[in-house]
Amino acid sequence: MTSACHTVEPDAISGATHRRRIPIAYWLLLPGMAWLLLFFVVPFYSLIATSLYDPQGGVDSGYEMTWHVANYAHAIRDYAGPFARSLLYGGVATVLCLLLGYPLAYAIAFKAGKWRNLMLVMVIAPFFTSFLIRTLAWQLILADQGAIVGFLKWLHILSADGRLLATPVAVVAGLTYNFLPFMVLPLYAALEKIDPSLIEAAGDLYASPVRGFLKITLPLSKAGVVAGTLLTFIPAAGDYINAQLLGNTQTRMLGNVIQDLFANVGDYPAAGALSMSLMFLIVGMVMYYIQKVSTDELI
Amino acid sequence: MTTNTTAADPEPQRDASRDLRLEAVTKRFGSFTAVLDLNLRVRQGEFFALLGPSGCGKSTTLRMIAGLEQPSSGRIVIGGDDVAGVKPYKRPVNTVFQSYALFPHLTIAENVAFGLRRRGIRDYAARVDDMLALVELTSQAHKKPSQLSGGQQQRVALARALINTPDVLLLDEPLGALDLKLRRQMQIELKRIQTEVGLTFVHVTHDQEEAMTMADTIAVMNKGVIEQTGTPEDLYENPATTFVANFLGYSNLIAGSVTGSDGSQIVVDIAGTRIAADRSRAKSTSGAVWVGVRPEKIHLTGASEAAAEGVNTLAGGVVSDVSFVGVSTQYLLRMPWGQELSVFEQNSGARKRFAPGSSVNLRWKASHTFLLDHDQDALAGVETEADGQ
Repeated sequence: MTSACHTVEPDAISGATHRRRIPIAYWLLLPGMAWLLLFFVVPFYSLIATSLYDPQGGVDSGYEMTWHVANYAHAIRDYAGPFARSLLYGGVATVLCLLLGYPLAYAIAFKAGKWRNLMLVMVIAPFFTSFLIRTLAWQLILADQGAIVGFLKWLHILSADGRLLATPVAVVAGLTYNFLPFMVLPLYAALEKIDPSLIEAAGDLYASPVRGFLKITLPLSKAGVVAGTLLTFIPAAGDYINAQLLGNTQTRMLGNVIQDLFANVGDYPAAGALSMSLMFLIVGMVMYYIQKVSTDELI
Repeated sequence: MTTNTTAADPEPQRDASRDLRLEAVTKRFGSFTAVLDLNLRVRQGEFFALLGPSGCGKSTTLRMIAGLEQPSSGRIVIGGDDVAGVKPYKRPVNTVFQSYALFPHLTIAENVAFGLRRRGIRDYAARVDDMLALVELTSQAHKKPSQLSGGQQQRVALARALINTPDVLLLDEPLGALDLKLRRQMQIELKRIQTEVGLTFVHVTHDQEEAMTMADTIAVMNKGVIEQTGTPEDLYENPATTFVANFLGYSNLIAGSVTGSDGSQIVVDIAGTRIAADRSRAKSTSGAVWVGVRPEKIHLTGASEAAAEGVNTLAGGVVSDVSFVGVSTQYLLRMPWGQELSVFEQNSGARKRFAPGSSVNLRWKASHTFLLDHDQDALAGVETEADGQ
């Protein structure tokens, strides 16, 4: 901004044009950029630094910055289980969200008629309650004395002393429930844009409903599938609330470990290294995924 | 494929079994009746136009033939088989949609090949090439629809339907989105292609000029029923209802009453003037009638000129407006009973032009007069907006 003053030339006219050079768009960007700088770039930098501290230090005695890259190898080796579970539970929940969410989004977009807005509100309705409260409610739904467990026992799917709470099933169910709207909304947005006459045209051109769906509807909704799976997988893989409230010690995800290391154990370097590892892994997977699915077919 | 018959040349050996027939077809949406007791026969190889204003039920009729809507009652027969209840993808019918409905994620060639591939035809590539050549889009084969102009997209939609050689090709206002000049070009193009491939075309349009230019047979629809079916010339010269008289071109409809007959002619009294009409063109032969005559059939003469044999004369017209439109001059004439009639005179140079305020006589041949039932609304089918051009 000071450069505008430095470039004032003897020629008054060109000086005036120079002063007007900062377009209004940049001023509009300023608050957002300042926010990101303060609450994303600075913490991100500090997290990288934390992950490279000397692990000999402690919360009370302070840490020394020693570029201790070995933190990463140690952390990943010690916590390979939670690491794998994060990806597995997140992945399974994403697939379940897609299987549940696609028919729902399709119905809202094409079949709901006058109920469309109501159904969309119902998809968003869970957000009116806290994430934590909703997950706690699942403790009741899946409780040992609850109706679902009772029904599954009656069907002999669960053994007499079997339970759902504190199992991987409960964690994945919670994740699926909590992130379903993030799958449905982008899918709906993509499906809603499809001209229904395209589906009629496919039928007119000898495509059975199933073929028409596979050849026309599904490819045209690909952008929604990509956006939905990303919006579901990324937060689901990093989640720790569901594993905390619905799981047990054997279902701990990486989020639980990081939270524990930061808050209880006080091993900042390991927690930082795990955070960075998970982040880089997810970014890498997402980039590979986008490149794989979207070559030129995303419209 | 049998010979391509035209309405003007009814071939005796025509294969009637491949005709499209609609028998007593009715379609209701709730309490609204879109199509009522419709009967229609489209002959194999014919260019058939369903003409009517928006909301007249013509698109619903087309969608029922395509299978996109099910009739509430009645039969739809294609090639001898009742197809009511048969799913669209199993009917020998293809549609050119109003919005074209091209698949945006597929190339032009893939769009055109879609129908053949769904039917499991393996050597489709050569046929796609031929079809793209027919619609002159060979060079665009590998582009996406969004990269093409409106006229090109229209031709892709046509090619995509035509390649399947359906028993009936349905066109739902296919030229509606094009500008006037392109529309005229595509009309000629469509007619050329139809003649070339010899398929049955059923074309839905609200543009009477488009229907008259292209169709062998036109069915004029209004409020869910067919008002009249016939060749363009027949409909234009012998309209059966005031709606048809007004919707196809312009008509002067003058109130009169039948006073008697004279051989092959009906004698009608208009405000004290006796005029004659051919019996063959009279839809009503007694009592109150609408006397119809097309504006271009009327000649204007000075008030004193004598009339020839077989010519009707209405005296006492006063020129109230003159518009020069190049090939013709259009007059508005106020008659003694207050009605305004229109007259189109060709600018051949043989006749003098009248100035506003001149007193003139209107003359036309008795054989150019048609008579319609007076119970009908004389303004039915009059286009209030300039939407018919």
